[in-house]
Amino acid sequence: MSIQRTDDFEKRSLHLQNLSDEDLDSRFWELADKIVEPLIELAEGNTSPSIERSVLLRMGLDSFQAGAIVAKAVEFGLLGKGAGNLVLSYAKKTSQPLEKAVEDLATGKGWEELVTFFRGGGECAAR
Amino acid sequence: MLPVNEKLKVEEILKDLQHYAPRRKGWTWRKKLPKGTRVDGFQYDQISEPLKNSIGLPAAHFFENIDPQPDPVITSEIASGRFEDDIRRMRMAAWHGADHIMVIRTLGQSHIDGLIEGTPEGIGGIPITRKQLRATRKALDAIEEEVGRPINFHSYISGVAGPEIAVLFAEEGVNGAHQDPQYNVLYRGINPVRSFVDAAAAKKIMASVDMLQIDGAHNANASAKRAWKVMPELLVQHAINCAFSVKVGMKKDLIALSTVPPVVSPAPEFKLNFIYAITLRELFKDYRFRAQMNTRYIESDLMDATRIHVLDTLISRLTKADIQSTITPDEGRNVPWHVNSIRGIETAKHALLALDGIKDLLQINEEVVRPKIRELKMRAILMMEEILEAGGYFEAAERGFFVDNGQYPERNGDGIARPKDGGIGAGTVVPRDAEYFAPVCEHFGYNNLPEGIKSPDELIGGCTLHNRSKIKYIDELDESDNVNLRIAQQLEDREKGLISPEVEWWGDGWVQLDLTIPDDPDHAEAAALEIAKRMGFVEAAVISKTILHPIEGTYLELKAKVPFKIERDSLKLPEKPDLLTEEEIVSFVEGHPMRVVAGTVGNDEHSVGIREILDIKHGGIEKFGFKYTYLGTSVPPEKFIDAAIETGAEAVLISTIITHNEVHVSNLTKISQLAIEKGVRDKLIFISGGTQITNDLAVSCGMDAGFGRGTKGIHVASFLVKKKRELLR
Repeated sequence: MSIQRTDDFEKRSLHLQNLSDEDLDSRFWELADKIVEPLIELAEGNTSPSIERSVLLRMGLDSFQAGAIVAKAVEFGLLGKGAGNLVLSYAKKTSQPLEKAVEDLATGKGWEELVTFFRGGGECAAR
Repeated sequence: MLPVNEKLKVEEILKDLQHYAPRRKGWTWRKKLPKGTRVDGFQYDQISEPLKNSIGLPAAHFFENIDPQPDPVITSEIASGRFEDDIRRMRMAAWHGADHIMVIRTLGQSHIDGLIEGTPEGIGGIPITRKQLRATRKALDAIEEEVGRPINFHSYISGVAGPEIAVLFAEEGVNGAHQDPQYNVLYRGINPVRSFVDAAAAKKIMASVDMLQIDGAHNANASAKRAWKVMPELLVQHAINCAFSVKVGMKKDLIALSTVPPVVSPAPEFKLNFIYAITLRELFKDYRFRAQMNTRYIESDLMDATRIHVLDTLISRLTKADIQSTITPDEGRNVPWHVNSIRGIETAKHALLALDGIKDLLQINEEVVRPKIRELKMRAILMMEEILEAGGYFEAAERGFFVDNGQYPERNGDGIARPKDGGIGAGTVVPRDAEYFAPVCEHFGYNNLPEGIKSPDELIGGCTLHNRSKIKYIDELDESDNVNLRIAQQLEDREKGLISPEVEWWGDGWVQLDLTIPDDPDHAEAAALEIAKRMGFVEAAVISKTILHPIEGTYLELKAKVPFKIERDSLKLPEKPDLLTEEEIVSFVEGHPMRVVAGTVGNDEHSVGIREILDIKHGGIEKFGFKYTYLGTSVPPEKFIDAAIETGAEAVLISTIITHNEVHVSNLTKISQLAIEKGVRDKLIFISGGTQITNDLAVSCGMDAGFGRGTKGIHVASFLVKKKRELLR
């Protein structure tokens, strides 16, 4: 897959040679922006186990609870709902305080109910 | 505040840690002083506010002990694997002028999918946990108060747990972090998609607490076989992380490029390094620069590492550095030792001060540099064009565009190739559903807030970034690997007053031995190890070897352990000179005017020491009213006696630095004998001084007293007055 090529800078750079210093700098940044735009979109519309654990940490869970809940969310295919959302929804549905809901979910309780509650999915938010 | 003469007690730091909150968050730059600020008569153009407590450069005592602080933040990387020992080194580093403490993570933490808790020991760094961070921050809070300048605490937000680590850092007052998804992809083998998705979440959290970000592009320099060939790619890597970070919401002035001069001598380094440094600073003019020392070429030779670092710092001063990193010169031989952390800081401080204002003295030759700068920029632009043609970043990474040893557009075909769907954590990223919701602040990306909600954390009564009481603190998990077990020895030693040498951990027993063996390297090494053994050392190992000549000589540095401890209370300290007060001396000399003659003896041109003892400017004896006749340097022994008789002096001050063939002993003895022969020995006071002089040695040569390293005018003046009083009796 990797390319092998001798230095063809002279030929390859013909279209750049007459650009002013300023134009070179702006071209550099335009291209950088173009490269990262799709990466930003990807990050906006997706999540990961670590991101969801970071949400749970900010909600006041300890690292074990966060780890256990996210592992279960992955197992039940519910990570795309947001782990914090799962905890809040479960607490609301079972009319329990947040701490109790966390305890249940972290010890593996309540997951079937959550699957039913979210009906296993929804439409993708990715833009 | 920490008492200066008391050790930093780790047991105190660990007390009540569960309730400790960092004093501040966010990055702090040094407070620059105006151009032309005067310190002891010198004008400085690039310094910052002084410290309350500090240790100056070795030559500071020639300059009224000034310790000007250069304007860039100075980094010290400290991580021995035991934070409880690192915090003591951080205190040493802060006193020498470091205000950015970079804590390396233990080997392998970037592959742990989640957080570690407690205080386990690390390898080549510490396991980053909440407890270790909090304890270190608490220690740094005390240290910064002691030195009088904020200390930036720094570690790494990379690996597969980036977003969680970012939250941890934000909560625990970590002020700066490395964050660059390309580092994960290229050097940690972590899935590219996971790396970028996680990076956005982590960066958003970092931005929320004004944490400074340092990127990871310099690693291409350290990884490529021909580091000077990757210059165009380095520009591209910096640009990708910068552009990505800005789009996530980071401020440009809190994004620092980690940059390293790519080559070292014997290559003609400035032709490459200087052009590269200017190009980078032109393209990234809105960003900050963390000038890293080059570690790529560091061998086990401390001097060579130091030379490299001085020249790297010259590049920093000729261009721009907001943060000047230091690398311990022993990085090529072991996990850095205390003293080498300090040497690294001294190297940076020395070079930065030496080069103060250099840009105003020189002008860059535009005609020479411009075409080269343009070429480098064009090469980077061409690379980005091809990345886009290939389909984007992931496709380019998959095809091995990065860390190729050909200078773009030349391609060697040996780049690091990372498939988009491969690596650690592949397949773990999932799309956010339309109903995706995260009830916390500072969350990057799509978030479907329930209707009527103003702040996402409303439903949970505030997230930990705004409501600290919610943070869950876990103390220890591993009964067999924690700080309490490790510090038991330290506490016992302190209790019993036992001392053993150390290089990184409390009383680890390691010492360094230097030997020159007049033989070939193999025999020299074997002889050195045998010598260490017979000296009673254990675990001796060669850590560096310099061939002086293939057969004439080999210089070796060994490390070895001392197998015993010393009882502090049993030590006999040399008696401190009983000094008279300045007033007492002045009033005595007023009543009994005294004259001395002084000079350096024999063939010795070292006059700095004796001038300090004499001159009023350096607190010499002149200050107390003594009159002196300075005889100059390389004064023959007999001239001291003759001059004393001629001028009517009552004392003779003889300075001697050179000790070759014991010439100092014979000169002093000769002076004493001449005095006896001329019948003036009892009438005159004879004092000798020099770096190798002790009182005992001087007295054995017939002197009345001898003064060694560190002597001040008041020591000599006190002695003269006391001796004169004796003579008057």
